[in-house]
Amino acid sequence: MGELKGIYALWYREIKVFTRERSRVISSIINPLLWFFIIGGGLGASVSFGSINYQTFIYPGILIQTALFSSIFFGVYIVWDKKIDFMKEVLVAPMNRTSIFVGKILGGSTDTLIQIIILLTIGVVFIATGVMSGINFNFFTIFVTIVFLYVTTVGLVSIGLILGSQMESPEGFQLIISFVIFPMFFLSGALFPINNLPSWLAPFILANPVTYAVDGVRGVLIGISRFSLVYDFLIICIFSIIMILIGTYAFKKMKI
Amino acid sequence: MINIENLTKKFEKITAVDNISLQIKEGEIFGLLGPNGAGKTTTLLMLTTLKPPTSGTATINNFDIIKQPDMVRKSIGIVFQDPSSDEILTGYENLKLHGWLYDMPDDLREQRITEVLDLVDLTDRKDDLVKKYSGGMRRRLELARGLMHHPKVLFLDEPTLGLDPQSREYIWTYVEKLSKEKNITIILTTHYMDEADKLCDRLAIIDSGKIVVIGSPKKLKKDLGGDIIRIKAGKLNIDALKKLTYVKNIANCDGEFCLTVEDANLNLQEILGIIGKVDSVEIRTPTLDDVFLHYTGRGIRESSPEGGWAEKAMHMRSK
Repeated sequence: MGELKGIYALWYREIKVFTRERSRVISSIINPLLWFFIIGGGLGASVSFGSINYQTFIYPGILIQTALFSSIFFGVYIVWDKKIDFMKEVLVAPMNRTSIFVGKILGGSTDTLIQIIILLTIGVVFIATGVMSGINFNFFTIFVTIVFLYVTTVGLVSIGLILGSQMESPEGFQLIISFVIFPMFFLSGALFPINNLPSWLAPFILANPVTYAVDGVRGVLIGISRFSLVYDFLIICIFSIIMILIGTYAFKKMKI
Repeated sequence: MINIENLTKKFEKITAVDNISLQIKEGEIFGLLGPNGAGKTTTLLMLTTLKPPTSGTATINNFDIIKQPDMVRKSIGIVFQDPSSDEILTGYENLKLHGWLYDMPDDLREQRITEVLDLVDLTDRKDDLVKKYSGGMRRRLELARGLMHHPKVLFLDEPTLGLDPQSREYIWTYVEKLSKEKNITIILTTHYMDEADKLCDRLAIIDSGKIVVIGSPKKLKKDLGGDIIRIKAGKLNIDALKKLTYVKNIANCDGEFCLTVEDANLNLQEILGIIGKVDSVEIRTPTLDDVFLHYTGRGIRESSPEGGWAEKAMHMRSK
């Protein structure tokens, strides 16, 4: 009971902070839209996949990009909590570190989920206005998309928390963007199909768990995929479970 | 209430806390006084279970900090040196969060929030974001939070660092009130001599991780054995002065000379006779500064030219 209340407290804090920082919410929506219109529109002028235009093709990728950036940033943000003494206030409370980790994951994944739902809503508008076509939006596909993204997000928040728990100061942020977030994004097939990859590139893409999230969501929404839905889902579940386990361990060992 | 045995913390190269042992009684206000970097905060972090000691241990409220960290955490409250409230939440929300983290029943939590807000006079600002609080208000809020779960022992790490004089007075008043009314054992670290003198029942002077001396401020000052004569002069015949039995100590303070002298009023004439020409003379009763000087051979400010803060500020800016 006590642990649950503590987890709730941490979740509550994240949600309050997230909803109060309007600028964060707005920029988290603007960025994907820039990708959608500028990259999607620019490349889309000469690239399409059968009846699917390029903007529609990258829409699932952009959903995942949002999850990727927002989750990992959220996790790494605990460096800041460590910098001010807020982290100590939490760690000195009589609750165990696994619960603190769980509270953080729930908080971060809820933040991301809110952004995803906003983007899905915008997607509905795009379909209604004809900006996107060939997307199969119904109760089932949206539900599957959300489940896929949520499971992926949990794993990604864990990655962020693992990195954040080992870092001592926010200087490493830039490194994480360059060496973790961007590679995971570019190597995920969010922007291109992964069926006919050059042989040097394929292993990197197949080793990236985010690839399977993109593949699953794109398969469900527009019917283009390389693997089966179940296979994709299995991979991201395994990925997230492993990350949670490593994260729990990293939190237990975390020094302040 | 607190029993520290041979507590030691070594980092790669330095020994931050070196074999500290001491006992603190229930209801006492106990001070750890020393320059920045003396090991005060590290000691506090070990006692509050946030850092594991390299060797030695301590019990708090009869619970061992290594074997029973959860029980220790339930028994203590702490106000950290750096801000530890969330500034995007309101004062009230910060307290509510704390109540949840400590698993307090809802009605008790609300009752305590009202009680502690009243104690630190923040009731009418409780729904403002902490961002809008002044440094002093923020510290008061954190003090209130540290008390909410009625800890047996309250730790205060440099409770008035960086605060204006009025806010310092406020904090001091609250701390004294707490100790009297609630019989909470309070342990505070400080590098302010006036703060230690005013608040503490007993204190330990810490330098380079070691306890130099323990006692009540009054006793420590009395033990020096006299008043302080501070003399500004070009040169001092130290050997001649040392022969005088009533001169207990001669030290260098900020380029001037500080003599600890028994019955200074009576003996001043003879001392001045030996010294000859002086630029200025001042007689005063000893302060804790003099105690620190006496035991460590240097002033507390020399050992840290207001170190921590300036350093930290520079550090922060470069980030």
